[in-house]
Amino acid sequence: MDVRAQLVMVFNLDKCIGCHACSISCKNIWTDRKGAEYMWWNNVETKPGVGYPKKWEDQKVFKGGWVADGKNLRLRAMGKGGTLLSMFFQPNMPKLEDYYEPFDFDYGNLYGAKEGNDQPVAEVFSQISGEKMAEIKGGPNWDDDLSGSPLYAAEDINLDDRKIIEEYDTMFMQYLPRICNHCLNPACVASCPSRAIYKRGEDGVVLVDQNVCKGWRFCTSACPYKKVYFNWNSGKAEKCIFCFPRTETGQCNACAHSCVGRIRYVGVLLYDAEQVEQALLKPDDQLVEAHRAVILDPRDESIRDAARKNGVSEQWLEAAEKSPVYALVKEFGLALPLHPEFRTMPMAYYIPSLSPVLSTLGDTHELAEHGTFPALEKLRAPIGYLASLLAGGNREVVASVLAKLIALRGYMRGRNLNEPADEAILKGAGLDEAAAGRLYRLFTIGGHDERNIIPPQQREEQDPHTRKGASGFGILKKTGRGR
Amino acid sequence: MSRERIHDDHSADRSWEEFYRNRWQYDKVVRSTHGVNCTGSCSWMVHVKDGIVGWELQAKDYPQFDGSIPNHEPRGCTRGISYSWYLYSPLRVKYPYVRGALIDLWREARKRHADPVDAWASIVENPESRKAYTGKRGMGGFRRGEWDEIVELIAASTIHTAKKYGPDRVIGFTPIPAMSMISYAAGTRFLQLFGGVCMSFYDWYCDLPPASPQVWGEQTDVNESADWYNASYIVLCGSNVPMTRTPDSHFLTEARYRGAKVVVMSPDYNIATKFADNWLPVEQGHDGAFWMAMNHVILKECYADRQVPFFQEYARKYTDLPFLVKLEEKDGVLKQGEFLRAAELERSAGLEHADWTLCVANDTGEVRIPKGSLGSRWSKEEGNWNLDMTDLVDGAPIDCSLSFLGGETGRVRFRFEADGDVIREVPVRRVTTKNGDVTVTTVFDLLMAQFGVSRGLGGDYPKDYNSDKPFTPKWQEKYTGIAAASMLKIAREWAENGEKSSGRNMIIVGAGINHWYHNDLIYRAAITSLILTGSVGRNGAGLAHYVGQEKVVPLAPWTSIAMAQDWVKPSRLQNTPSFWYIHSDQWRYDRTFVDYFKPETGENMPLHAADMNAKAVRLGWLPFAPHFNDSTLRLVEAAKAAGAQTDDEIRAWLVGRLKSGDTRFAIEDPDGAGNSPKVWFIWRANAISASAKGHEFFLKHVIGAPNANCTAKEVAKGQVKDLVWHDKAPEGKMDLVVDLNFRMDTSTLYSDIVLPAATWYEKSDLNSTDMHSFVNCMDAAVPPSWESKPDWKTFSLIAKKVSELSAKHLPTPVKDIIAAPLLHDTPGEIAQRTVKDWKLGECEPVPGKTMPNLAIVERDYVNLYNRFVSVGPQMGHLSAHGVSWEADDVHEKLLQEMPTRSWNGRSFIDLEDEKVVADVILSFAPETNGELAWRAYRNLEKRVGKPLSEIAAGSRDLRINWEDITQKPRRFVSTPVWSGLVNNGRPYAPYTLNVEHGVPWRTLSGRQSLYLDHPYYGQFHEGLPTFKPKLNPALLDETEGETGLVLNFLTPHGKWSIHSTYSDNLRMLTLSRAGQVVWLNPEDAAGAGIEDNEPIEVYNFNGVVVCRAVLSSRIPKGTAFMYHAPERTLNIGKSNRTGKRGGVHNSLSRIRLKPTLMLGGYAQFSYYFNYWGPTGVNRDCYVVVRKLRG
Repeated sequence: MDVRAQLVMVFNLDKCIGCHACSISCKNIWTDRKGAEYMWWNNVETKPGVGYPKKWEDQKVFKGGWVADGKNLRLRAMGKGGTLLSMFFQPNMPKLEDYYEPFDFDYGNLYGAKEGNDQPVAEVFSQISGEKMAEIKGGPNWDDDLSGSPLYAAEDINLDDRKIIEEYDTMFMQYLPRICNHCLNPACVASCPSRAIYKRGEDGVVLVDQNVCKGWRFCTSACPYKKVYFNWNSGKAEKCIFCFPRTETGQCNACAHSCVGRIRYVGVLLYDAEQVEQALLKPDDQLVEAHRAVILDPRDESIRDAARKNGVSEQWLEAAEKSPVYALVKEFGLALPLHPEFRTMPMAYYIPSLSPVLSTLGDTHELAEHGTFPALEKLRAPIGYLASLLAGGNREVVASVLAKLIALRGYMRGRNLNEPADEAILKGAGLDEAAAGRLYRLFTIGGHDERNIIPPQQREEQDPHTRKGASGFGILKKTGRGR
Repeated sequence: MSRERIHDDHSADRSWEEFYRNRWQYDKVVRSTHGVNCTGSCSWMVHVKDGIVGWELQAKDYPQFDGSIPNHEPRGCTRGISYSWYLYSPLRVKYPYVRGALIDLWREARKRHADPVDAWASIVENPESRKAYTGKRGMGGFRRGEWDEIVELIAASTIHTAKKYGPDRVIGFTPIPAMSMISYAAGTRFLQLFGGVCMSFYDWYCDLPPASPQVWGEQTDVNESADWYNASYIVLCGSNVPMTRTPDSHFLTEARYRGAKVVVMSPDYNIATKFADNWLPVEQGHDGAFWMAMNHVILKECYADRQVPFFQEYARKYTDLPFLVKLEEKDGVLKQGEFLRAAELERSAGLEHADWTLCVANDTGEVRIPKGSLGSRWSKEEGNWNLDMTDLVDGAPIDCSLSFLGGETGRVRFRFEADGDVIREVPVRRVTTKNGDVTVTTVFDLLMAQFGVSRGLGGDYPKDYNSDKPFTPKWQEKYTGIAAASMLKIAREWAENGEKSSGRNMIIVGAGINHWYHNDLIYRAAITSLILTGSVGRNGAGLAHYVGQEKVVPLAPWTSIAMAQDWVKPSRLQNTPSFWYIHSDQWRYDRTFVDYFKPETGENMPLHAADMNAKAVRLGWLPFAPHFNDSTLRLVEAAKAAGAQTDDEIRAWLVGRLKSGDTRFAIEDPDGAGNSPKVWFIWRANAISASAKGHEFFLKHVIGAPNANCTAKEVAKGQVKDLVWHDKAPEGKMDLVVDLNFRMDTSTLYSDIVLPAATWYEKSDLNSTDMHSFVNCMDAAVPPSWESKPDWKTFSLIAKKVSELSAKHLPTPVKDIIAAPLLHDTPGEIAQRTVKDWKLGECEPVPGKTMPNLAIVERDYVNLYNRFVSVGPQMGHLSAHGVSWEADDVHEKLLQEMPTRSWNGRSFIDLEDEKVVADVILSFAPETNGELAWRAYRNLEKRVGKPLSEIAAGSRDLRINWEDITQKPRRFVSTPVWSGLVNNGRPYAPYTLNVEHGVPWRTLSGRQSLYLDHPYYGQFHEGLPTFKPKLNPALLDETEGETGLVLNFLTPHGKWSIHSTYSDNLRMLTLSRAGQVVWLNPEDAAGAGIEDNEPIEVYNFNGVVVCRAVLSSRIPKGTAFMYHAPERTLNIGKSNRTGKRGGVHNSLSRIRLKPTLMLGGYAQFSYYFNYWGPTGVNRDCYVVVRKLRG
């Protein structure tokens, strides 16, 4: 057993309002720089939709992630022989148009335009070439709220039946916020010829060493989530750093901080690094179970001992015990991995969303028969769709999660109306009153400090006395100012 | 992965990681917020690095409510978090700018004229030189100017205007004080000291729900969003909560886990539907039909088939349902008349204000006079204005009857606009009055008949739910598109939830339904379903209307500072819908309302909205500026010259002139020379674009820009009777347009002068909202960049220059006349028992009774600046919503503690610093000074006759000052200025004061009003809640004769902007479609050959939009969505149709004023600023959509 600690984020999609505050806090702090304009380390996608970069989920096109090849895992982009196709040619790289050409407007013309015969405007130009653009054809969120689009939503690979999103009475719309998953089996790390990418031992954060990166871009291709980006100005790969300067000091990530929908949870998971590879050899529909098996019970003394031997501190063990993430991912089994079949073992988990009851539109719009709350099988978002997204196609796994959400609501409604507590509702979905109490707190009245339990890093082994004196003088480099 | 790539801390050189740590470092964090009209009032932490604002993150230190309610953190949305982009962007206004042609003229004129006022006169009184710059507005050609030079020009323009035309030709528009109260107050304080006009916004934006004053006598009072969490059944109707109430929406998503059911009524599958259990795609504009049918079912199943005790008790105590209405016979059937008044009965005729005192009947049929009618509010005898069912004559308890069912019946006619007339039997009684016997019934009995619940009575009642008659589940199908069975299921759930939860039904409503011509009817239908289930005045219940950040928490002291009422009362305030309907000449393009809003007879009633508005002005119902066809200063001089010496004599002289017609109200000749506004200040606003409904009419008539795209015909000639018709309407009415802004938006682009404004991270201010109960600060993280200044400083400079120039031009104090309407919450609301028009000889003109108040006030222009920066002597005498308290002791104390300035031998609190202004406001507000809350309750309890001051007893020590709110958001305390209570961590819910403490609503009956008995409502058959469909597009003069794709044009609020703010911000543009778009249904688009992202042209006779298409089947067929509000400054092409640059969403709109909202002097139909009056409706609008090319 090789017990390690990992910082993990859970997203409750049932609460996501698709507002993108997360994307902007991230952009303001991390990627508001030349060469990084088009990077959205955190982005939010409308589902069904094609996302950013367009159709990133389609590994037939982009050949990212891993495949189980008999008893081994291999990078999908790598041939059976295990050699990279070419060091200098990246056939599977997304192109600029798959992302978008970053643009800006000539705002100065509004002040500077000479008096004319019609009103002046600020025209659009490319942030890359500086040239005027005839038209804008794409952006990082081009299909926002575009459920029902034959061009975008209908191209979602998770959708069995395109028809349902074309019909007013069956279409649905949800959101999918995404950051780097800081995977346990990261394809980016494995693919880097320069060995510039590494996973931090203390918190599992995956980073691209900006001094070592040579700009090969294999990571960009290999990441099935397309969450490693190439900075065209610095010539290096960059990606979400899980806001390590914040998490190291016990603060949650900027995206989680700014999540006004309060959908994000950040906490510690303990896992057995030795089991990761074997777990990923399981068939697609068993991968959720395999994920859960790798995650260890932080209250188990043998596991805690093994963790201690690996240098996991008492503070981290304490945080792992209280971890909202452990509760949601493993204990109550509500949060699921995004496309586990990419086999990177992503460490971001998603609680699938409920949706309105179906309806039919004849002469008049008619709701499907249902109770106060729509039953599982009457929800608009097809279970198969959610299973494709979050469970390697396993519909039962998704159904079980949604049943728990519905049961929680039904049970709490009784309490809300001062009716006798009906635990049977919970039991039917595999919950009990204690579980309902914990989930209710996590979803509602539990505040920031219950959603985010992040143990600060302890750095006292690293000559803190000297570092304190040198703090702020560690790296003297020219800033962007005054150049 | 090979585990060697896991780098433990010690296993590799990871010093490079400092790269990102350095990026995260910052020097300082300052708490601020965003001064934008979004109801957010979110507290933000602004991170500053080396003197530069780096980024902002939400504050997360909100005080916790009662622990059973989720906390507020992290409050703040996508748009707010992108604000830092503006500070250093190329869109930022860094310096003062002036239209080139104007600055050339000015410099030239200043060479010729030593005096700046003379110089200004030489430019604007010469048509040629005036046209040289007004005719080039919006066409580019700005030049940088100097602050001193430009302030002098502005000051000169105001003095010239005041002297030649009167100060009421100088106007200012700034909306939504709550978003930055001191910045708002900067301009309005200047204007009110000057005698200028402050324009309303809440009604203009159509954010005001007129149903609220109609039913509750209240502008708007709503649950803070935390209270959604207490609801157990929530219907969203015309409100896309996640999109437009982003920081609040977690309370909605979280209430679901507490077991609340969520139903979303929305024509499109929008973000909110994601959180619905049921989505009801009700036809846009016809939500009212759904609610009418809801009420039919509730009345049938919970009032007729059985009686729910909780509902019955509520109806008797808190509604006008038991009150008696007279039925008058006409053509053999009965018609709904007025409420029976105490004055009509021998027994009660002697009561004070018996004309304004209503009646009920007890269970034995005797008429009784309960306490709480409006008459008790203004009677000399105190203590009877409460909700007790106690007889005013003998003090005996009244066991009031809701219904006369079981006795005599009468045949009553009901008229439904879309469904014709029906005769239905109604239980009646006969009552002997001083004027003979009359037939009466209860509001409840009328309501049952109106809704078609027969209770075994004869007449044209629907047989069952499946008969297609008003207002059954079957009937609503054809308007809403929702199956009767589905509607019935919702109705039963609603009623059941109301009963089981003790009235915790909630409707969250918004602009989606409030912007229709008949919005008041839609709202009244929905409100009825709340009232009938006991769901108003409780936590987790009621009509949660969120449109506009209307709640200025420290209302009274803020009003005093903002309107300079510490120096001068009353204020010169204008309802903007009337103002712009007239002054942007949209009235000239409007036909009589009879075509789309038909009165029964139209007798004694003007039939064109402009004529109706003119009547409303002369009867004192609505204000209007300019007041008269002459200067208000010159009129005083003329009166004096004619021998008038006292104020009364001046007034009498003017009344005589008005009666004879020698002096006229300016509204009667708005296009006449000198009768239009001349100088326009715009700040904190996008007045010419996002706030200009009928934008192209503005460009043409107000601005005079040469690129107006309006092609509408002037159809009013011959149809208007009271307004003078000029064959050629003026173009470019404004002499000068001044805009204070931090960004170059559409309004700035069309202004003459642009003054650089400090951003929200560069100044100190106060901020509050109705969505939460905290008082927040805006504060300076960095100093104002470049040459920008906070609005308070800019208007201080202008005030100072005006005072300097006045030494020559207006050296001594002068008198000014203010024509102020009959106000709500004053005795003016019982001024006009019947409608009588002095101009038609129906009565004598009597100021304050049959016509406006004519107040004489003093203007001291030389000391205008001194007054601006000094707290005036009246500051200690405050009131709001009819509640008052004394605070002279607070004033005395502050004079000792705060910075002071002396002039004219007296010492005053010095208001130069915005932070002092903030502290003055907080010190005088009962919401933030617990002692004053206690005093206010104590005053109110005398009038009400019930103990109230105990509510504030526990918080008398509370004081919140500026320093406090810079440290942490602070929660205000309960005060009688507001109808909700917040004691003990309880979320704010409106009307809990009324329900729990017996304080009447500020209506005629003192109760929630289901019946509106004003005869004008009878004329339009809107006395009871009813349904009227969308206006018929064939009558709107917008698209007649046009073929192709004609769609209902809807402008809901969008995801990537707050109004137009943020819409031009690169962050938002990048995450959206990067400019103006219109959303279409793919089938509609295919019919016109339009593809996604293709350039299109959207037009009607009002104007043209050039933009791109977005196609989605979540948009219903027959509609076009253009999310409010874009700018026309970004990458907009030219129209094929007109050859000119395309406009904005408002290019396609125009306003139509609903005459029943112009009433005055009659109970809750009495004017107050932003409170009552016609609203700027804009949803009944149709457009043609076609490809731009090909």
